[in-house]
Amino acid sequence: MEYLNLVFEEVYKILFLLVPVLVSVAMIVWLDRRVWAFVQKRQGPNVVGPFGLLQSLADALKYIFKEIIIPASSNKIIFILAPIITMTLALIAWAVIPFGEDQVLADINVGILYIFAVSSLGVYGIIMGGWASNSKYPFLGSIRSAAQMVSYEVSIGIIIINVLLCVGSLNLSDIVLAQQKIWFIIPLFPMFVIFFISALAETNRPPFDLPEAEAELVAGYQTEYSGMMYAMFWLGEYANILLMCSLGSILFLGGWLSPIDLYPFNLVPGAIWLILKILFLFILFALVKAVVPRYRYDQLMRLGWKIFLPFSLTYVVLTASYLFYFNLLPTL
Amino acid sequence: MKITRFLKTIFMVDFVTGLLIALREMFKTKKTINYPFEKGKISPRFRGEHALRRYPNGEERCIACKLCEAVCPAQAITIESAERSDGSRKTTRYDIDMMKCIYCGLCEESCPVDAIVQGPNFEFSTETREELYYTKEKLLDNGDRWENILAANIKSDNPYR
Repeated sequence: MEYLNLVFEEVYKILFLLVPVLVSVAMIVWLDRRVWAFVQKRQGPNVVGPFGLLQSLADALKYIFKEIIIPASSNKIIFILAPIITMTLALIAWAVIPFGEDQVLADINVGILYIFAVSSLGVYGIIMGGWASNSKYPFLGSIRSAAQMVSYEVSIGIIIINVLLCVGSLNLSDIVLAQQKIWFIIPLFPMFVIFFISALAETNRPPFDLPEAEAELVAGYQTEYSGMMYAMFWLGEYANILLMCSLGSILFLGGWLSPIDLYPFNLVPGAIWLILKILFLFILFALVKAVVPRYRYDQLMRLGWKIFLPFSLTYVVLTASYLFYFNLLPTL
Repeated sequence: MKITRFLKTIFMVDFVTGLLIALREMFKTKKTINYPFEKGKISPRFRGEHALRRYPNGEERCIACKLCEAVCPAQAITIESAERSDGSRKTTRYDIDMMKCIYCGLCEESCPVDAIVQGPNFEFSTETREELYYTKEKLLDNGDRWENILAANIKSDNPYR
């Protein structure tokens, strides 16, 4: 009986995290489309619900009632598994994101490694989807996506090392608490910029949306998908974007900490600050989508391997030597 | 020259300028209209859904001369006529196949009594094909519904004919 209670409590906690995440994913899709439309001086979705806020829910409802078409020549098990994996991996990473002091589902001491591992696994969903479709465009799209995600993961990893050098812990709550004096965006600003760009590439957002470049690859790895399976890819993609935004705000923008440690700002719950920071980063994501044209494949690879990698490596050396010279290294 | 270009690349000057322009454009007035709730202005010559008009006393204008049927390039109009009990020539059948129609407006041009006209309505899509085979009743009904606008349009276009 006691064991059952424990299970219920955990399930309750997980639902309490997952439901808001899924709802905010729906809202964020709306925000994305709306920002995009505003930059192009269009109205954007504004009919369903107040300001069109429920548009994504209406879209999701449509996807649920659509027929799922499985190509005859596809590998059916893997074809069905691919969107499930993409979405699950995008959602389980949220377990370690702290929304406030002690407000975290799983307070594990290697939180950042966990997120990094899970988001690297995300590429499998895409490769499986592209390969199992047994069709030209999904195949090419998934190959591109794999190459892209692998190369930008490297630079993100090295950027994270910069932060870890300043913190001395892999726990996300500790990373936030280490920023009480100064947010890492100030000393590590170039790293923040590179992190942001790498996050764009990591989540296949424009200008790095080569895997689904519609002009050349129809819809990339999603070409053969329809109905709810397509919606799951789409949910996973946006959950990933949201995850990258929250990771950015935790690593560089001080997570749940208020910008100024003064009286009226202290009263606002930490989760609100975190949400505001995530929203700020996401609006930047959306603006970039509206502004920048798509990169060519070789430009993408050159940027990743020949510019970001050496630059962030140099910055690691600089950070480490600065911390060492002024004796600021965190005690382990 | 090379150094300025290098610095520009490093500090992403072009990107930031683009971002600022996008931010500025975001808050300008929208160039699109909120379609189903707001509609754009339509010229009086607009060639939309067909309608058969009546005289103010309720008598239908069409005299079954079949000029529209003859001129119709898509052959979308079918007319059959007969003598009515009071001796006037009237149509017994006036069908337009709206899927054949190319909305050229020649029927309206050819009509000697302004009976067949093309109104301002363009939102008459249907879910079945059958609903787009317009009969005389449907066309007369359209004429009754849109008469005010149709008459005003013909009047405002008159000086240019």
